[in-house]
Amino acid sequence: MTGIVGKKLGMTQIFTQDGRMLPVTVIEAAPGLVLEVKTREKHGYEAVKVGFFETARAKQLTRPEKGVFEKAGVKTYYRKLKEFPMGGLQAGETITVEKFAKGDKVSVSGISKGKGFQGVMKREKFKGGPGSHGSMFNRAPGSIGASSFPSRVWKGQGMPGHMGSERVTTKNVEIVEIRAEQNLILLGGSVPGAKGTIVEIRKDS
Amino acid sequence: MDAIKTIEEGFKKEVPYFVVGDTVRVFTRVVEGDKERIQPFEGLVIARKGDGARETFMVRKISFGVGVERIFPVHSPFIESIKVVRQGSVRKAKLYYIREKKGKAAKIKEKARQYPKQ
Repeated sequence: MTGIVGKKLGMTQIFTQDGRMLPVTVIEAAPGLVLEVKTREKHGYEAVKVGFFETARAKQLTRPEKGVFEKAGVKTYYRKLKEFPMGGLQAGETITVEKFAKGDKVSVSGISKGKGFQGVMKREKFKGGPGSHGSMFNRAPGSIGASSFPSRVWKGQGMPGHMGSERVTTKNVEIVEIRAEQNLILLGGSVPGAKGTIVEIRKDS
Repeated sequence: MDAIKTIEEGFKKEVPYFVVGDTVRVFTRVVEGDKERIQPFEGLVIARKGDGARETFMVRKISFGVGVERIFPVHSPFIESIKVVRQGSVRKAKLYYIREKKGKAAKIKEKARQYPKQ
């Protein structure tokens, strides 16, 4: 697996080679520094610990996080630490957008936009009732369980509540373009989260 | 936002100056099988929308008595060239009202002062 962490800058449209307009999401992914290599012998699994988003402000980090940098012996701090099961890397190497290529299918994870407290129609995709003709059953959830059987509410019954602001993964997202000199990745279509959201891009194999 | 602007700038083409109310002839590239030819579409520009490389414009013409409207991306590679045929004088940004007008009422006055040639 190959992984990188970037910032969602927003969306735009570009023209493809054959002239069609294509919606794209622009991700800025500055090189990440490999801080530690985890091995099967020592840690029981193989992975690399990578720091993303260089920061000068030590205040943004917790003491355990600072400990990671101390152990790795690096002077600069990174705001986001992430482990990826990648092999063939040494501590001190960087992970750049060039690890990915145009045409790759990737999974993109991020924290989705917060929707607040929502009803069952938006949150659980319930059908709702008729909008007019004197109907007084419009957006209510309706029955959540019958009285004789099951005589209780099933687990997993859709209810109103808080929606969004959760980790969402979009799979099979195509990489449309890589602009290595600006550390940009252009992904076909949309990706979870608002502008400025930190997203994780993963490629299997 | 800056990076997005840069991406959009990269897709922009040089396009002649035209505004809503102008009559333009749009030369579009049409691909048929493996052959490519240029097809003109002439009509009144009734709307321009969006900005940057995403900008589009709507052209309306009357073809065999039927109104035909096409929306083109201004910077589309499918557009070979755009020629301003006539400059119109209008007071609105969107000329959707023209759909309901017929005959002389659907006429747009020519601009008194022409803007310079490109």
